[in-house]
Amino acid sequence: MSALLEVDGISVSFDGFRAINNLSFNIGEAELRAVIGPNGAGKTTFMDIVTGKTRPDAGDVTFGTPPKSLLRMNEAQIAREGIGRKFQRPTVFEDQTVADNLTMALKAKRSPFAVLGWRPSAESQARVAELASEVGLASQIARKAGELSHGQKQWLEIGMLLAQEPRLLLVDEPAAGMTLAEREQTTALLVRLAESRAVVVVEHDMDFVRRLNCKVTVLHQGAVLAEGSLDHVTRNPDVIEVYLGR
Amino acid sequence: MTRKPFILRNPSILIVLAVLALFTVAVTALSAAYGTGAIPTSMVKVLGKTLCLALAAVAMDLVWGYLGILSLGQMAFFALGGYMIGQWLMYARTEAIVAASMAGNPIPPTPQELQEGVANQIFGVVGSADLPLVWSFAHSLPLQLILVVAVPGLLALVFGWLAFRSRVNGVYLSILTQAMTLALALWLFQNDSGFRGNNGLSGLQNIPGLDGIDQATLSVWFLWASAAALGLAYVLAAWVVSGKFGSVIRAIRDDETRVRFLGYPVEGFKLAVFTLAAMLTAVAGALYYPQAGIINPAELMPIASIYLAVWVAIGGRGRLYGAIIGAVVVSLLSSWFTGGRAPAIHLPGYTVNWVDWWQVALGLGFVLVTLFAPKGIAGLFDRLSPPRRVPAPEPQAKEAQA
Repeated sequence: MSALLEVDGISVSFDGFRAINNLSFNIGEAELRAVIGPNGAGKTTFMDIVTGKTRPDAGDVTFGTPPKSLLRMNEAQIAREGIGRKFQRPTVFEDQTVADNLTMALKAKRSPFAVLGWRPSAESQARVAELASEVGLASQIARKAGELSHGQKQWLEIGMLLAQEPRLLLVDEPAAGMTLAEREQTTALLVRLAESRAVVVVEHDMDFVRRLNCKVTVLHQGAVLAEGSLDHVTRNPDVIEVYLGR
Repeated sequence: MTRKPFILRNPSILIVLAVLALFTVAVTALSAAYGTGAIPTSMVKVLGKTLCLALAAVAMDLVWGYLGILSLGQMAFFALGGYMIGQWLMYARTEAIVAASMAGNPIPPTPQELQEGVANQIFGVVGSADLPLVWSFAHSLPLQLILVVAVPGLLALVFGWLAFRSRVNGVYLSILTQAMTLALALWLFQNDSGFRGNNGLSGLQNIPGLDGIDQATLSVWFLWASAAALGLAYVLAAWVVSGKFGSVIRAIRDDETRVRFLGYPVEGFKLAVFTLAAMLTAVAGALYYPQAGIINPAELMPIASIYLAVWVAIGGRGRLYGAIIGAVVVSLLSSWFTGGRAPAIHLPGYTVNWVDWWQVALGLGFVLVTLFAPKGIAGLFDRLSPPRRVPAPEPQAKEAQA
């Protein structure tokens, strides 16, 4: 299986603290992966590096076929290459309607002049309606995003990610602040999404990871501690010590 | 599904254009040149200048209200537009005067002598007799008209590129824009800057080639031009903020990091809006200073740009008509209160003299609006219109079906 994203020996330090230490990580074209680890293990820094927010001191990150290095690109260029990111806190544009939020995220040319000339078509409107119903917001399409509940905002953000049609989706703690029912729906959606693209889920919640039923990577002190099925890694003595030892 | 033209989807545009047209017709009908003369020429000029300030406020609203950059250097572009048109006005008029005075010479003056005569006239006041390089195009109206938008546009482009690329944001960016206009003012104050130092450019109310036309008529023509420019700029600005572009720049205002992760080149959008606003502001300045008659570097001091921000805040930022309301109401009130005609308030033991106290009142008003009416005067219109109705969710609609 050829890798879609290949992270090769990256390291990064903040004021002498090594957040990521010679980390290597691969993910295939259509794969669901959970990344777990205790606080400070480097999960968010890892996402920051892949999405271009943080530059590593060493190592390389390549994406796509043929592989292209992401290190010379800025956040917007990386997003246009096909990497979508879902933040922990739902970040939608509260002052604008659900439809506006989705329209902005629709895959289309992103340069200022292309956007200035862009006008909605029957096709784009149908796509927005389809996305809204896919994330259960069909009846809320004319409402401002700021008026939605916390869970609905999370869903809107997922809808916006779908609109971008990314090849790799990075999802930061999707279950945080969700009700039990919402969690189940989120799990099902992530599993379904991973059929056609790569999805990396960063999560604290072991229960949620178990439901995803996928390969798990355990990070600790900025490096991979163990990798494999959830049962495999939870039997690993190093993992047990990291999680339970102190 | 066909879409209505964007003007019909935004009734506020039609209302603004109608009010503007009505205002222009009314002032014309009451002017000395074309009507009853109830409005003196000086007042026609004040109203024409106010329309130019409103145009600058619309541009400020694009940059601040929609894009979220509190630029405190907008009036630098306004004054630069004025300087660019002022160069031609002053050069062409001086040339005509010099040519007339040399007409009696036995040998007709060569173009070289004519130019030297003009340079002497214009720059004698700063102890120079050479025409500076920056006046190379001053003889040509079309070239100076191009410079009116090109020079401020280029300044905005270069300044914006440097600032936005380094991701300077928020209050730091405001300070930087303020430093830009201050630096430009200090440079222009120098006698050897080529713009006559603190004398500035004067006599701009006299339009070369229109010597036979009196100021009363000219003032109305400039009012028309200012109204037309404001109307066109308003439609342009409304079009820019109406579609997906407007959606993206408001998103940049609210959370620019998130917009980056959507794949939009945030710096490019900021640069486009900042430059467009600079050029609109410059057009406003080019129409303003021929009505004011004089421009000098004091016009670029940061306080002028801060006033512009205050007008937009009081009028209601984030909506274009709010900027117009703010600029018109506050600038007209300002000139009334500081013009010495406002009746003083006699309190026991103290007399409130408005010339001294107006700035205090304005500052207080600004603080109160910011605290209690963040949407400004235009926010009051929201109370007049019925609240937006959201269709109730249908009973069978399931929230979040996976």
